[in-house]
Amino acid sequence: MSIIVDKVSYCYSEDSAYKVQALKEVSLTIEDGEFIGIIGHTGSGKSTLIQHLNGLLKATSGHIYYNGQDIYDEDYNLKDLRNKVGMVFQYPEHQLFETTNFEDVCFGPKNQGLDKKEIELRAFEALRNVHFPEELFYQPPFDLSGGQKRRVAIAGVLAMHPEVLILDEPTAGLDPAGRDEILGLLAQMKRELGITIILVSHSMEDVAEYVDRLFVMNGGELMYEGAPKDVFRHYKELEEVGLAAPQVTYLMHELKEKGLNVDLDATTVDEAKQTILAALGR
Amino acid sequence: MGIIKTKNLVHEFFRRDEEGNVEAITTALDHVNLDVKEGQFIAILGHNGSGKSTLAKHINALLSASDGTIWVDGMDVSQEENVIPVRRSAGMVFQNPDNQIIASVVEEDVGFGPENIGVPTDEIWERVEHALSTVGMKKYRAHSPNKLSGGQKQRVAIAGVVAMEPKCIVFDEPTAMLDPNGRKEVIATAHELNKKKGVTILLITHYMEEVVAADYVYVMEKGKIIMDGTPREIFSRVSELKEHRLDVPQVTLLADELRKSGVDIPAGILTREELVDAIMKVK
Repeated sequence: MSIIVDKVSYCYSEDSAYKVQALKEVSLTIEDGEFIGIIGHTGSGKSTLIQHLNGLLKATSGHIYYNGQDIYDEDYNLKDLRNKVGMVFQYPEHQLFETTNFEDVCFGPKNQGLDKKEIELRAFEALRNVHFPEELFYQPPFDLSGGQKRRVAIAGVLAMHPEVLILDEPTAGLDPAGRDEILGLLAQMKRELGITIILVSHSMEDVAEYVDRLFVMNGGELMYEGAPKDVFRHYKELEEVGLAAPQVTYLMHELKEKGLNVDLDATTVDEAKQTILAALGR
Repeated sequence: MGIIKTKNLVHEFFRRDEEGNVEAITTALDHVNLDVKEGQFIAILGHNGSGKSTLAKHINALLSASDGTIWVDGMDVSQEENVIPVRRSAGMVFQNPDNQIIASVVEEDVGFGPENIGVPTDEIWERVEHALSTVGMKKYRAHSPNKLSGGQKQRVAIAGVVAMEPKCIVFDEPTAMLDPNGRKEVIATAHELNKKKGVTILLITHYMEEVVAADYVYVMEKGKIIMDGTPREIFSRVSELKEHRLDVPQVTLLADELRKSGVDIPAGILTREELVDAIMKVK
């Protein structure tokens, strides 16, 4: 059970003078239950890539296999794929439209053709899973704070019971506590519900803290893949393509240069603390 | 009096039912007092819904006060005849660059503001040229804005404000939608405007790293200013900030953690250099 992207290329406006090659022969594999991070500067092909994963865009060449089946096969049911691979776009709260939060979450399962009881059960469960306060279930979504609206939007996708959840910058514009809450929630859903999480992010600190594996996109190509600590070893190359490493990585390198024997692979505050204390002999 | 001064500024939002009766009142600004000196670089922190953006909109006369007074460049914003002059002295840059760009060519977009206030054509071009070189986007003057990166678009939006020659610019989360490079570009531009042109800057942000180089920081919660001080003073209070749903820069947090583990490191470390020095000292 996995997603395999095999030499996928994609061109926007292929037959016109404005042809832009957004993806160039990208190949990657995502295993069941992984927490994946995708980073890359604006225009590197991140969003184009994730829109291929649930069939919103069709590759100009190459193949995508979901659980061993080619999603471009003539008899493949794309609607089914979209039920399994849920997508939370940037600023998902802009997509809330129903009169109450509960109704909004019901919208997805309703379109899956489920019966009323099942729909309501799922909506209830999904709102519970995102820790949305019960007293607000039947309030209109428009009076909520940014972070709460975003929870409702994520619940709306969760209620469809996806196997894979893709989120495009889910923490943009949230305050630090809101950011930690959403990311903690994703890690929890991965752990407890076994959902595969694919997170597109501009925050190196966040991906270092939360994801199992990272894909770095640059100019439509896959530049690096691996665990955060492996990827951030290339911090100089990452800077050249408009990215960065977490602040901690830079600190480790500076301490090493000054002769303190710290572990250069530390990428989170906690890892840094451990290695500095060890190096100081405490 | 500073360039921006508020005295007991209050703003209330009313929620009404279908008949227009008031259902609920939200106090977004609750007796805010602040005094910003000309040429300062000010940062405003606070969680979502704390009143930061409401305050920003008062500075540009986009909202009017329920009670209290705000003066911008000495002018009382509540006076009808002051609204236009206030908007000329205080420019504003918003979060999403795509919502602020209206023309199909970069230089025309930057010229839109001055054209609207009746600047003579020759001077418009001078201002456009000057504004674009201030933000480092002169090379792109004849380009279409939709082909630019997020950071570049945001810099074009800043140039549009610079071309109005305001004394003060309010940045409302200008980097929330940008990648690391774009964030650096925009923050560096804000600092340059402040240092070289003496423009007063008010920066609203959720990225604690961007606050480090500010002159003074205000922290808002529930429409009130609950903390104020230099970045060093503010970021020394790690646990207090966390209670208010805020954070400190990663190096400050690490310094705090190390200190709690018994390493002799001073409070209020703000930069990597400071932390490296402090650690090497106790080695």
